[in-house]
Amino acid sequence: MRTLVFLLQKEFRQIFRNKGILRLIIAMPIIQLIVMPLAADYEVKNVNISVVDHDHSAYSRRLTDKIMASGYFKLNDYSHSFDQSFVEFQKDRSDLILEIPNHFEKDLVSQNSGSLFLAANAINGTKASVGSAYLSRIIANFNSEIRLEWIAPARAGELPVIEVTSLNWYNPFLNYPFFMVPGILVVLVTMVGAYMCALNIVKEKEVGTIEQINVTPVKKYHFILGKLIPFWVIGLFVFSVGLLGVGRLIYGIVPAGSLWLIYAFLAVYLIAVLGIGLLISTYSATQQQAMSLAFFCMMIFILISGLFTPVDSMPAWAKVVANFNPVTHFIQVMRMVVLKGSGFGDIKHQFMIVSAMAVFFNAWAIFNYKKTT
Amino acid sequence: MKEVVIKTDKLTKRFGDFIAANEISFEVYAGEIFGFLGANGAGKTTAMKMLCGLSAPSSGAATIAGFDIYKQTEQIKKRIGYMSQKFSLYEDLTVLENINFFGGIYGLSNRQLRLKREELIETLGMQQEAKQLVGSLPLGWKQKLAFSVAVVHEPKIVFLDEPTGGVDPVTRRQFWDLIYDTSDKGITIFVTTHYMDEAEYCNRISMMVDGVIKALDTPARLKEQFSAASMDEVFFELARGAKRKAD
Repeated sequence: MRTLVFLLQKEFRQIFRNKGILRLIIAMPIIQLIVMPLAADYEVKNVNISVVDHDHSAYSRRLTDKIMASGYFKLNDYSHSFDQSFVEFQKDRSDLILEIPNHFEKDLVSQNSGSLFLAANAINGTKASVGSAYLSRIIANFNSEIRLEWIAPARAGELPVIEVTSLNWYNPFLNYPFFMVPGILVVLVTMVGAYMCALNIVKEKEVGTIEQINVTPVKKYHFILGKLIPFWVIGLFVFSVGLLGVGRLIYGIVPAGSLWLIYAFLAVYLIAVLGIGLLISTYSATQQQAMSLAFFCMMIFILISGLFTPVDSMPAWAKVVANFNPVTHFIQVMRMVVLKGSGFGDIKHQFMIVSAMAVFFNAWAIFNYKKTT
Repeated sequence: MKEVVIKTDKLTKRFGDFIAANEISFEVYAGEIFGFLGANGAGKTTAMKMLCGLSAPSSGAATIAGFDIYKQTEQIKKRIGYMSQKFSLYEDLTVLENINFFGGIYGLSNRQLRLKREELIETLGMQQEAKQLVGSLPLGWKQKLAFSVAVVHEPKIVFLDEPTGGVDPVTRRQFWDLIYDTSDKGITIFVTTHYMDEAEYCNRISMMVDGVIKALDTPARLKEQFSAASMDEVFFELARGAKRKAD
């Protein structure tokens, strides 16, 4: 016990003396949480559209106006030939081309049908698919609008129209920061925890001080606890800056669920993450090696965590990988507790998995950490 | 009969096909200054690391302070001090903090720690530097401090791996004064060095060539045996046959 006190005292002294670390643990959550949610906004805006209007009719102009009025599109060019617009397309200035054929209005009125052609630039898949979906809805809307105009008001009631009204639960205004910030916070804590822990231990290996510790009677678990506890505290601090500082003050995010529950989960989660950091350090001899290894793990952890894309839409094998990823579980828990106000019963499953991971990674790391080579 | 504190029997360390230390057997007696000599790459550091419990031997047996190096490493660790080739105190802690930390993890009480701090600062003459970060000290001072920290818990044996590499002759002389003072307290000194003048300061020395101990005796008798005028000549005589390239 006394040994641990000396190890902790030494570790905290070194951390507080290192201006770089201090700046990092304060500036990193603030800057990342301000910048990343802006980049991770799924709402597609500013879709550049080229309208090729062969018809030049009142209807074709009305449709164009309606598209522009939606606010999602920017008119890139309004031309008379598809080829001309296609040049814009090829230069990547335009994401969608809407071609309105000749006699569009005439066909619509006389034959009661019209056709439009839509081309999407799939280089940017999201813009193409979401943009054309928006556009299709606008056109469908336009269609029912003009039909309603043709029918005499008295008969309007007879027209079978199914209208869908949707309501977004838990995040009524589809506020993306509400969705992203809790997730990004998880990534942040994971990176800070794993990297700092791994690099710190490997630095002792590089400098040779670990050898000096290894010739003392210090027990393995003392040494490891002496490393884990400081970074566990730092992890809690970074998370609090993110959630209670940036999250609340800038994004106005107030967890719907219990703060205690979030911190209880965080406490266990951090042990798992620090275990991963520890494990990385036992496999690396230099800080470069540790960095590369940690970077490799983090990339996979983050991309497969469901932060940006839903885990449910991944192939079965990727879902298995995602299940072995602690980040996935904490992101789920954060979204559930922060947005939905879930209680312990709802997150029990994740709690158990992450607890198991905490035991697993630390046991592996302790097993692999050797005082003797 | 002199008390034996280190006894090795055919201690061997292999790294794949390479035999870094090949069946070395020797005894070190309590209270002596034992010089462990050899060219670069002869296997001195490997042998020393095995004795300190930093490296597991491939075969052979050894006891340190009466404890077996395979089974009783933790008991051994309480009774030895070690100063590595690389300076390995914490450069971002002060002189006092380093003394306190290492004393603390060796289990000294608060009272003992306070006495040790005062004593070490006094013997090292570091009153001015006590609260400076160790990283800002000159190399010679660092090494004297590292030595003092290695014996802060008053071990039975202290292992010094090239403790005076890269320091000036005056500091080297002062360093050896520290070694003598420590030896006078009954602590056995096990030291590797490349300086032949330092070899003369030892009670007994061993010469390692290509992982094997080629000679072991007092400096005077070694000179007699090889009919050499100085330890330098003894060293050349023995090391000439080395096949391993120096690293």
